[in-house]
Amino acid sequence: MKSFDYARAADRTDATAQASDDAIFIAGGTNLLDLMKLEVMTPDKLVDINRLDLSEISVTDDGGLRIGALVTNSDCAADKRVRSDYPVLSRAILAGASGQLRNKATTGGNLCQRTRCYYFYDTAMPCNKRDPGSGCQALEGFNRIHAILGASDACIATYPGDMAVAMTALDAQVEIEDSAGNIRLVPIQEFHLLPGDHPEKDNILETGDLITAVILPPPIEGKQVYQKVRDRASYAFALCSLAAVVKMDGDTISSAALAFGGLAHKPWRDEAVEELLIGQQPSAELFGKAADRLLAEAQGYGSNDFKIPLTRRVLISVLKEATQAGAAA
Amino acid sequence: METTELVINGETHKLEADSRVTLLDALRNHLGLTGTKKGCDHGQCGACTVIVEGRRINSCLTLACMHDGDTITTIEGLGQPDNLSALQSAFVAHDGFQCGYCTPGQICSATAMIEEAKAGWPSFVSDDLEGPEELSNEEISERMSGNLCRCAAYPNIVNAIRQAAGEQS
Repeated sequence: MKSFDYARAADRTDATAQASDDAIFIAGGTNLLDLMKLEVMTPDKLVDINRLDLSEISVTDDGGLRIGALVTNSDCAADKRVRSDYPVLSRAILAGASGQLRNKATTGGNLCQRTRCYYFYDTAMPCNKRDPGSGCQALEGFNRIHAILGASDACIATYPGDMAVAMTALDAQVEIEDSAGNIRLVPIQEFHLLPGDHPEKDNILETGDLITAVILPPPIEGKQVYQKVRDRASYAFALCSLAAVVKMDGDTISSAALAFGGLAHKPWRDEAVEELLIGQQPSAELFGKAADRLLAEAQGYGSNDFKIPLTRRVLISVLKEATQAGAAA
Repeated sequence: METTELVINGETHKLEADSRVTLLDALRNHLGLTGTKKGCDHGQCGACTVIVEGRRINSCLTLACMHDGDTITTIEGLGQPDNLSALQSAFVAHDGFQCGYCTPGQICSATAMIEEAKAGWPSFVSDDLEGPEELSNEEISERMSGNLCRCAAYPNIVNAIRQAAGEQS
């Protein structure tokens, strides 16, 4: 690991004031320190934000939840309000990492976790995300875990997390404070970026921006499901995951929010697929059409070709579960 | 150099170390507490698991200087050869190891995991998010998936944990 200066931030103003292009906030640190050991990330300074007052889950004025950026994944998944009103979020968090990691990983840090692309992790290889302009070795290399949607010629990496996928289906917002003390809310769908020509940029955060919370809307009616497919039964990243919030009105689908993990550089949501389902009665034909629409522009790169039929099956399976009779709750 | 005070197994230690020193390296190399093991050093194997402020964590993926004032329990703090903890006794009774390298991490992890279950935390395999009635084999396997055993003593590890959890419930 390269040497760095360490500073503990006293409060939010102190934290954002200490931020610079070469300084990184550290919270749980489970991903950052891993990457620093491998010298994939080499910050000159770490600003430790763990002592900031951002560890509470509180009810918002409109009846939603404000999850502080330093709330650990364990505490968020175990929170009684999250378990009862946003079960898809508890399920998604519990589907990720291990008990030890969830005890350290934070809500804000988890949003910022970086791709698990093998070439990003291997400093002997070119990678446009780690070293802009050097090329992408995954395009024609081993790409089993890589994107099938929204990728670019510069990068086919995926966002690896589970938590943000559920938050995307729940229409959460990310609360961010900048170094001037201004607070803004960003819909989580706009937080992560597609790779385009600048895969080095994972998300919209600018220097000095500090994630302070994730805001969940008031409890949403409908059945909530999180399904994750991976190479082993526990402690593995998603090859494909789906967070679904589906409401039935009698035997008709009245609303559907579907967010996919493991398929793209960000949690993937396709409004056209949701619109195709709304107002319709569940059927194998309808679900097949939804999968056709979702995957119309999907592209495999060799070893990840299997993700296209896999995603179709995951979507159909989850829609069946979410729309079956008696699934209203 | 960073100055950090750590309360380990009830004893206060003052550490002077480079900011890069992980909690794991501080325990083993600076403080001589070698019960905690280094396996992968990347959070994948769980051999380095210790209990910090009541929570099990991977000591390899956190910096010692981030823990100023924290209370830490390592395997040395859980029991002694003539006074084993319930889990340590159960691991002996069930032969829950072969080479033993992962065992301190397994026992620290399971000690805290049993408390998590008692607090009603659900897991990925819980049918009901309100949590399971008891720690079944399936629940134990899921909750312990962050601890690898390359000798594959898993069946006996699960039996040991199930026995200890049952005795404590």
